[in-house]
Amino acid sequence: MIVADQKPLEEIYAYLEDNRRVLIVGCRECVTVCQAGGEKEVGLLAAALRLKRQAGGEEPLETIEDCVQRQCDAEYVEPLKEAAAGVDLVISMACGVGVQYLAEYLTDTWVVPALNTRFGGGSVEQGVWEERCGFCGDCLLDRTGGICPVARCSKSLFNGPCGGSYDGKCEVDESIDCGWQLIFDRLKSLDRLALLTEIHPAKDWRTSRDGGPRRVIREDLRT
Amino acid sequence: MSQSPEPKAKAAKTQLKSGSNLERMFAAGHFAVTGEVGPPKSCSSKSIREHSAAMRDSVDGINLTDNQTAIVRLSSIAAAVHVMAEDCEPIIQMTCRDRNRIAIQSDLLGAYSLGVRNVLCLSGDHQCFGNHPQAKNVYDLDSIQLIRAVRDLRDENVFVSGEKCRFNPKFYIGAASNPFADPFEFRALRLAKKVAAGADFIQTQAVYDLERFAEWLRLTGEMGLHDQVKIMAGLVPAKSAKALRYVSTVPGMRVPEDMIRRMEAAEDQEAEGIKICVETIQQVRELPGVAGVHIMAIAWEKVVPEIVSLAGLLPRPKLKPAGDGDGAAGA
Repeated sequence: MIVADQKPLEEIYAYLEDNRRVLIVGCRECVTVCQAGGEKEVGLLAAALRLKRQAGGEEPLETIEDCVQRQCDAEYVEPLKEAAAGVDLVISMACGVGVQYLAEYLTDTWVVPALNTRFGGGSVEQGVWEERCGFCGDCLLDRTGGICPVARCSKSLFNGPCGGSYDGKCEVDESIDCGWQLIFDRLKSLDRLALLTEIHPAKDWRTSRDGGPRRVIREDLRT
Repeated sequence: MSQSPEPKAKAAKTQLKSGSNLERMFAAGHFAVTGEVGPPKSCSSKSIREHSAAMRDSVDGINLTDNQTAIVRLSSIAAAVHVMAEDCEPIIQMTCRDRNRIAIQSDLLGAYSLGVRNVLCLSGDHQCFGNHPQAKNVYDLDSIQLIRAVRDLRDENVFVSGEKCRFNPKFYIGAASNPFADPFEFRALRLAKKVAAGADFIQTQAVYDLERFAEWLRLTGEMGLHDQVKIMAGLVPAKSAKALRYVSTVPGMRVPEDMIRRMEAAEDQEAEGIKICVETIQQVRELPGVAGVHIMAIAWEKVVPEIVSLAGLLPRPKLKPAGDGDGAAGA
């Protein structure tokens, strides 16, 4: 899933300027799961912003709360037009995709993000999420035992660990597992170390970050 | 028409990949010695020229770091020009951290055009260790892919894209190896990959832990790698016990505790550091598979001639220029 976390309240509060009515929109997909932008967080943020406005002795802030099934889907975003029509500002509590969908459809309203979109990953323990996919667009997990060196090696190396791998940890920070140690251990345990002796050639990064937004086109699904 | 020395010279020439002094030194069977100069955090060439001049008669080549520890410094290629101006042979370091394949190949062409003949291919220290931790790293290629790229340019005349290069640079290709990092089992395999990719010579991480170094040599020797690549043991003379203690905490470095204690107990720690370094050179020289030493006297460059002298490695052999023979002269 997409993992995101909330921006500091000060930063979100600064978006408000002297606006009186704001619409805060959550999303019921990834950001609900990682507890950053679901219905509960929408309520908490709305209350926090109102209180902060009140504490400043300024005109009270009116917050309208909503949470759609998916902000990255026109079907769920379009109906927000009505609610957005009467507000000064829309705060999206979705990932960056959701923010952009809102901006695209709510053409007359200023839309701002409440979250920082962090990475594609999952939960590794209660309250901790970790990156797993680098979205490079050309999956090589078949050669690395299902552990991604693009996302999990600090240098995204393709041919094994650098000289900074020590006791299973990355030289960058001892809280980071060396991605290549993980790959090595898994391949060894499955008797597939031979995979590591092959030289992985220079990667074709065109699938990763190239001219303009990347697209997936499925002719079989087009109408 | 051809005179008798001509065919011999030609035959010898074809055996050399780059004709660099370092390559010829190995080809002639000498135990090679290289030093290292870290370019300054300024546009002044003064220190590079001074260190080069001081090391000139003590080393066979001078390694120039490429923004080491991710700190912005005068470029390794520009530094190489200053080294050559002092009649020394440069070995430029080229990391994958700061350049994509376009910039790397462009710099290789440029470096060769300036007279550089040795390149050490590295991943590069992560930017978090340097003075611009906010920077975005590149790693378009990794070090093994870089080795392959330099070799393909030299031996196949092609760029990474497969396009032909009209006048291709013929570098002597170096790579790094860290016998002290983990997973240890993979370290020999990784060296094999670098050799398969095209590495001609290897500079190892600093050797303090001789036991582990010897074990790595045993493994790499069993894989038949010593016949395919020239291994230079890396050495970092310690200036103080404190410095050595610090080194022991750096990931990928191993320093035996008794060596640190020996330094701590020494009255003159600098002298002891030099002594340990000289002893280590003498010990690694006895190990099968070690073809030379690379002395990285970081911020202590002036000590290199003394170390080389005490290790009994002077005078350095003077070889004839490339193309005039196999370099055996002066052996």
